[in-house]
This record gives sequence, structure tokens and C-alpha cells, in this order.
Amino acid sequence: MNTLFVIQFILLIAALGACYKPLGDYMGRTFATERDIAPERWLYRWLRVDPRSAQTWQSYARSVLAFSVVGLVLLYLIQRLQAFLPFAGGHKGVEPFLAFNTAASFATNTNWQNYSPEQTLGHSVQMFGLTVQNFVSGATGLAVAIALVRGFAYVKRGTIGNFWVDATRAIFRILLPLAVVSALVLLAGGVIQNLVGHTDVTTIAGGTQSIPGGPVASQEAIKLLGTNGGGFFNANSAHPFENPNAWTNIFEVFLMLLIPFSLPRTFGWMVGNHKQGYTILGVMGTLFAGSLALMSWFEMRGAGAATQLAGTALEGKELAFGVLGSTLFGTASTSTSTGAVNMMHDSMTPQGGLMAMINMMLGEISPGGVGTGLYGLLILAVITVFIAGLLVGRTPEYLGKKIGPLQMKLASLYVLVTPTLVLAGTALSFALPWARESVTGTSILNTGPHGLSEVLYAFTSAANNNGSAFAGLTGNTPWLNASLGVVMILGRFIPIVLALALAGSLSAQTRVPSTSGTLPTTSPLYAGMLMSVAILVSALTYFPALTLGPLAEGMH
Amino acid sequence: MLQSKSFGYLGVALRAMIAFTVLLGVAYPFAIMGAARIFPDQATGSLVTDSEGDVRGSTLIGQSFSDAQGKPIAKYFQPRPSAAGNGYDAMSSGGSNLGPNSPVLLKQIAQRRAEVATFNTVPESRVPADAVTASGSGLDPLISSQYASIQVERVAKARGLTTAEIEAEVLKAEVDAMPWRSEEPLVNVVLLNLHLDELNAASAN
Repeated sequence: MNTLFVIQFILLIAALGACYKPLGDYMGRTFATERDIAPERWLYRWLRVDPRSAQTWQSYARSVLAFSVVGLVLLYLIQRLQAFLPFAGGHKGVEPFLAFNTAASFATNTNWQNYSPEQTLGHSVQMFGLTVQNFVSGATGLAVAIALVRGFAYVKRGTIGNFWVDATRAIFRILLPLAVVSALVLLAGGVIQNLVGHTDVTTIAGGTQSIPGGPVASQEAIKLLGTNGGGFFNANSAHPFENPNAWTNIFEVFLMLLIPFSLPRTFGWMVGNHKQGYTILGVMGTLFAGSLALMSWFEMRGAGAATQLAGTALEGKELAFGVLGSTLFGTASTSTSTGAVNMMHDSMTPQGGLMAMINMMLGEISPGGVGTGLYGLLILAVITVFIAGLLVGRTPEYLGKKIGPLQMKLASLYVLVTPTLVLAGTALSFALPWARESVTGTSILNTGPHGLSEVLYAFTSAANNNGSAFAGLTGNTPWLNASLGVVMILGRFIPIVLALALAGSLSAQTRVPSTSGTLPTTSPLYAGMLMSVAILVSALTYFPALTLGPLAEGMH
Repeated sequence: MLQSKSFGYLGVALRAMIAFTVLLGVAYPFAIMGAARIFPDQATGSLVTDSEGDVRGSTLIGQSFSDAQGKPIAKYFQPRPSAAGNGYDAMSSGGSNLGPNSPVLLKQIAQRRAEVATFNTVPESRVPADAVTASGSGLDPLISSQYASIQVERVAKARGLTTAEIEAEVLKAEVDAMPWRSEEPLVNVVLLNLHLDELNAASAN
């Protein structure tokens, strides 16, 4: 199987490389053009929005929040009223706590799942609720990234574009066409697409089996393209109807990485300097490659008493993908904020599971989710020029924009939000007596340090809007439904508002000409510094928590 | 912006969500459903039928080959252990989620290894990892060629066929992930067992 993996890996890199320029430039043109296509004009008329009016950052942020809140409420109602919808498949309305958690989860592009889809949701909620949120939450992330790049590109404007136009174009011109093509490829590969509830069969040995149906291909495509990750089935992309073989597996990895790895090109296109894009791409790519190598090595090495007794780390893994096809998917999923899984992360070796957590703790920047990865890394780029500026005693600037006290306050707050949520959420789960009782009594499956890892993983995943899980954890309790739901919402929207505020402040600035004293932000030196800042910030924040969980287990 | 006249931002957001729900939640999945007619077999779940035309499962979804008491049936190639429901329950997919140092998992693996070795009368050292570990979906239809090879003699004996006949069927049920035969081929247990039943039925006539 390793030959197969090497061939697939080379094909993956070639395909991503071939798409980098055309897709990146296409996305740049898409968000810059003044021309609307006919369906977009109809939509703007129905929305009563003037597509040529530009918004301030406050107005843009209000639009993002309004769109997300309405989407969240709608998804909550669709779940609660499930019994009255067509194609409900006999499923009842979803319980309030769980419905809140799921609505928060899909509206924030997290797609954490505290429910087992086969036993909870009919095709109606999957299509009308979840598939729709997969598109619109991805489009929202993309829009915010474009708005932040406009902040760097615009001179003395103060505005950062129009959210409704950006979201509409993200859907009409990027996500929907790509999803249609991808869904057809997945269909050809064996992913199902039907409205059957389930087919009851007499098995070969004479037993019975219910084979599920559903509109899976259409949802699977956008689940990966939009870096959402919520599975149609409980086993997510480990399920043969979501991911039937080694070839669909590599295609799904490609879909997760496609937009996030092409966005640096869009960034370069928009600021008129492709080298800036390559620097960002280099940082994302290096972090990804390093993390993939480490996770693969750890899983091939197969530490852990049970793993060694079995001989190979195959617990929770599908033979069709093998160990390497699983670590590639796992690395892509946890470093893009997708959170889909094609193996059970809870059963990974302690060090392999640690890598999945580290990918998320980096703040989803290697390459990160659709849009979220780019804006996350650009914030770190701002922090890096500031630190470099301190070292040499110069006023920091990035892309001709001065990084002053206001910009640094916004960037610093941005970096602090996620760790605060992760660590506070995990700590409260054990510190509040009633939460502790629920978490240790009901939620945790595995004992010892691995049990702590399950909770730490959950809050890391929720705050970073990833959505993957150490799935032994029972999340469907009032405490975890509520706390993880709130963490997902805060972890999504506080950073978005801060990024938009930064965009607004930058857009209003004039451009300072670069001089001999300007730190060049296209050099390998700068890329190395940016990477160090990314690693240092997250390592320093999370190291103590990691020592209690995966590191303690790994020393075992 | 014209928003102020129409319930402000929330009004625009509500109208947008209605439009996107119709487009992305209804038109898009149903369009793909229409296009799925190009791939009818895949779209309906790669179902397999026996010689009488009855649907007996899916090539993608593993099955249990145990009797009502949960004991493995000797004439069938056995799949991997499964954590989906009571084993290969396709309505509750999932893995064991047991950690790499879990004492429960340790015990399970040791017990499975002993059982597989006894059932196939081979030494425990010949039992491969996939025979003692549950997959992530609990529905893995594949086993390694090593696991297939230690089962050949038992199946041949139970079916009154020669080991050569069984080995030929194993080769036919190998998964073609590559244009050439890979060094560690995987075997589809559902197809293999279906073919073996047909072979027995054909030789009985």
C-alpha cells in the first residue's frame, strides 16, 4: 500500500500546484470585478442591496453577524421542527440543547457533532439545514479573508467591500460550481446520492442488515470544499458511503486543501505582489509538510501498549486507506479546520493524536479553513513585523501599512481569544463541581491522561472551529452541549470582528513608501520568523495543558 | 445601502438565507440526484445481488458472518472485528474509540488473537493486525491478504472444496487499487463469500 500512497501523494501535490495560479487568480478577479451575473442581480434585488455600495468595517461586521445569527436560528428551528418536514424518515424533533449545539456548530463552520446522524437526522435537515450552512459558513469565512486583504490593498478608503456581494460571489462563482463537479466525481467513485431511508436486506450469512441511503454526494462535496467536516454518517469519512476507496480518499484530501492553499495566490493578486503570496504559501506549506511527516512517522511507529500488541496502528482505521492514507487525511483535516475524520482520532497513538491537536492549536493556519486560514496567518504576519520592528528599533509596517498601537491591540486580542476559550473551557469542565461530575461520570470514555485529552481535544476543536473529535467523548450532555456551543460561537465571531476592525483601520491608512529601512516581507528570513512566531505563540500557550494529556500518556 | 428600510441587517440576512436555502438546500442536492442517474449503481449504494436476483448487501458495507449466537461460521471468510452496534450494524457506524493504552482494548486484542488462532488452527504469531482491530466505521468490507490466507484451509474444509479453488476466489475478490497487483492486496469479504456460496450452489447442481 505504500507504493499506492506515494503515487497518490505526488498526484495530490501536482494537482494542488496546477490549481494554485488559475484558481487563486480567478478568486482574486471574482472579488474585484464590477460585473454581476444575472442570478446575482436577481438576488441583490430580492435582498434590496446595492451591490456597488461599499461598507465600513462596522457595517460589514454587522452583516456577517446578522447573516450568521439568522442562519443559526433557522437551523435550530429546522431541527426542532424536523418531524413536520418531508423526508424526515420518522425522526423526531431534535432536543433543545443538542439542537442549539448543532446549529452553533454548523453556523460557525465547526461541524462538531454531538449526535449520531443515522439515529438523529432525516434527509430534510441534512439538505435544507446542514448542506446550506456548509456553503454559507464557508462563504462567510472567505468573505472576511477578502475584506482583510482589501484593508492592505486599499489606500485611504476606510471601506472594505460589501459583505452581501462577497458572500454571494463566493457561493455562485466559487463554492457551488466546484461542489457540483466534485459531487459528480465522488458519485462516480461510489458515494451514494438517493432519498431512500434504508434498504433492509438478508445478508449472505442469513442475518439482517439495514443499508442506509441519503443525499450524501452533494453534502460530502461541500463538506470538504468548504472545510466544514460534518459527516452525513456517524463514522464521517471513514464510512464507506462517504469515502469508498483509496482514490476517493485522496480526492477528498485534495478538496479540503484546494481553496485554502490557493488563497495565498489570491492575496498576492489583490495586493499586486505575488511574492507576498508565495511567502504565505511557503509558511503554510512548510508547517503542513512538517506536521504530516511527524504524524505519519508516529502512527507508523505505533506507540501505545494496545497498538503494539496489535502490531500495527489499525484500531479505528480503514484498510482501504491504510495508516498513511489516514494520517494524510487527518493532517489535512485538522490543519484546515475541516474536522472530517477517516479514522477514529481517539484511537491514534498518543503522539499522533498530539499532532492533530497541535495542528488545531496553531490556530488553523497551515493552511487553515476556507478564508479563516488566510486571515489567521495575516494577523500573525502583522505580529511578526511588529516583533521584528522591536528588534531593530523601526516602526513596523506590512505591505506599506503602518502597524501602530491600534493594529497591534487588535492583532494581540485576536491571538488571545482562542487559547483563552480552549483553556478556560477545559479548566471549567473539571473545576465546576457539577460540570466535573458530568464530564468524568458521563462524557469521558478512556481513563487516565487520555480522558483529559478527550476534553482538551473537544475545546481545542470547538474554539478553532475545527470539529474533529476524540469521539469516545460523549458530548450530548447539557454541560458540553452548552459550553462547546458557546465556545464555538465566541471562537468564530470575536476573531472575525477583530479581523474586520483591523481591515477597516488599515484601509483608511495611506501607503508609506518602502525604504531601505523597511523589513522585506518576501524573504525566507521573514518566512522563517513568521513560522517561529506561529509555533512559539501556540507552544507557549498550550504546553502546560498538553503535558497533562497526550505528553503524559506518551511518556507512559 | 438600502437596508434600513427593510428591518435592517436582519431583514437582508433572512431574505438571503431563504434564497440560499432554496438554491443550496433544494435545487443543488436534487440536481445532483438527477445527475446520479449517470451512475445508478454507485448512487444507490453499490448493492450486490445473488444468483436469484435478491439484494444481499453492498460491496462497500461489510457484513457479519456469524450465527445467531455470535459464533463465526466456518464456511465464511471472517471480516475484521466491528464496533458498529452489535457488529456491522450499518445504521450505527463508528469505531471503538478506545485509546492506544486502553486496558479494555488490550484485553480485546489478546482475546481476539487467541480466538482467531484457535478458529483457524494457526499459531498466534500468524494472526495479522487487521484481524484483531476494529475499523473506524465498523463497516470495513476489506481484510488483508494475510488474514485471508490463514482462513483458506478452514473455509475449504467446511465447504468441501480444494484450497486451490478457494485461493482462486480470493484472488478474484482482491481490490484493484492499482493497475497492477500491489504487494499487499486487500480482499473484499462480502464479494468473496457471495462468490463462494455461488460456487457451492453450482457444484451441488
